[in-house]
Amino acid sequence: MGVVAVVVFALLHLSPGDPAAVIAGDNATLEEVEKVRERLGLNRPLLSQFGSWLAAILQGDLGVSIYNDQPVGEMILQRIEPTLALALCTLAVALAAAIPMGILAAWKAGTWIDRLVMGFAVLGFSFPVFVIGYGMIYFLSLKLELLPVQGYASIREGLGEFLPHMVMPSLALGWVLTALFARMTRTSMLEVLSQDYIRTAHAKGLSSARVLFGHALKNAGVPIVTTVGIGVALLIGGVVVTETVFAIPGVGLLTVDAILRRDYPVIQGVVLVFSAVYVLINLAVDLSYTLLDPRIRY
Amino acid sequence: MKPGLALLGLLLAVAVAAPLLGTVDPLALSPIMRLRPPGGEFWFGTDPLGRDLYSRVLYGARVSLFVGFSVALLSTAAGLAIGLVSGFVRAADAVLMRIMDGLMAIPPILLAIALMALTRASIGNVILAITIAEVPRVTRLVRSVVLGLREQPFVEAARAAGTPGWRILVRHILPNTVPPLIVQATYICASAIIIEAILSFLGAGTPPNIPSWGNIIAEGRSLFQVAPYLVIVPSVFLSLTVLAVNLVGDGLRDALDPRLARGL
Repeated sequence: MGVVAVVVFALLHLSPGDPAAVIAGDNATLEEVEKVRERLGLNRPLLSQFGSWLAAILQGDLGVSIYNDQPVGEMILQRIEPTLALALCTLAVALAAAIPMGILAAWKAGTWIDRLVMGFAVLGFSFPVFVIGYGMIYFLSLKLELLPVQGYASIREGLGEFLPHMVMPSLALGWVLTALFARMTRTSMLEVLSQDYIRTAHAKGLSSARVLFGHALKNAGVPIVTTVGIGVALLIGGVVVTETVFAIPGVGLLTVDAILRRDYPVIQGVVLVFSAVYVLINLAVDLSYTLLDPRIRY
Repeated sequence: MKPGLALLGLLLAVAVAAPLLGTVDPLALSPIMRLRPPGGEFWFGTDPLGRDLYSRVLYGARVSLFVGFSVALLSTAAGLAIGLVSGFVRAADAVLMRIMDGLMAIPPILLAIALMALTRASIGNVILAITIAEVPRVTRLVRSVVLGLREQPFVEAARAAGTPGWRILVRHILPNTVPPLIVQATYICASAIIIEAILSFLGAGTPPNIPSWGNIIAEGRSLFQVAPYLVIVPSVFLSLTVLAVNLVGDGLRDALDPRLARGL
């Protein structure tokens, strides 16, 4: 985490060009650039800047937005609910679709079912999230008028409001994750299914379902969970795009607005928070190995 | 792999020969002709400023393919150099890998967004930002190959024969990293094309005056309900390109990694 903080800090300070000039914009006068520099403390020595920035971060202070003077931490907190809802729905959709697909493909390896699943996986990696998003809006909302085009409804407004707004975003974003997870589940299951103990399980007369879920899936778990950890990076990147496509007022949309306004403290804060989440989730993934495989100890 | 290569070849040809394929200036405005639906004189229709979508999409292929290939080339070159040093020189390993870990902890799209937000929009900066986001993964791959090879008998033999370290690295270890790197480079190319489109779509990528697919989609976004073709046409091209590159990558992986090809 310390390394992440250094990297995020270095992004602002070691990048080519003068950040103060970029933030102030192309038409800024010299005085305006100086003012921005003063305000961001960019005129102080690098180490002292880093020290005060780090001290503030450790106290949970992510700085203040250049655009509206609101604390960045507060802005992120206000917008976190839609993002969290979207991420969780997406993960649920992707896992629910991918694991059965991967198991089926591995079980029927080499058949048309296997090829179908693998073909889907290649497609999943090839369609960017906004392409799928707009495709769904076009067919499901504009042509068939089944679902609301855009927007977000909090779960507090009831499931009847919440779910229709969540279906398309989580499917669009879940697509690539489904491809990733399905591929990994298949590979991992194939590896396990060629083991001797699977043959033994079959030989002692267990049903296919019992062998697949009781013996194989359990042992194929570690790589699958690892992939979920990796998938979180895709999820975080995808959230920013999905929220833009579907006009969901979450942290992703906040990021895009911040980019357009060159509101650097906000961008820095969002990157730091997202990275922290990513690192923590991967830590949780590492720790979960001990539950899945008792042979692993830390 | 063959359909992938054919499709990619076709797209490359289209990108290179864009001026010869009945296109007009992709930036030429003609307010009278604005928002014409596809068909007739304008194959893919026109945008709200009357620019010809067919020409814009064809010229957009240049941006996407150029960014994809450049990033693939630059990030494998940089990753190869860092990975070789890091895998072979113990003293450098700790420092280099900590830096890579730090970069890896930031999701690639987010890292590219942050880098782009800081610099002025230009294709060069887009390539640089995506390259920086991709390098750690290449480094990891190269390093793991080098670590595996370093203890092999043939390296030991070379060392015993008095071969200098850099020569072992270049003559004995480097060639073994090439097959996995080629596969990795293809996937990086695909992901770079997607990230470029995403960056442009979010307004943090290629400058808006250059017709890249991400920019065209971003401009068509607000008119999606009136003129969906403005978003759909570039989206189809984008997806087909990425699909072609991915198919080539899968083919290369099966060809270069016999273990996987055996049906694993």
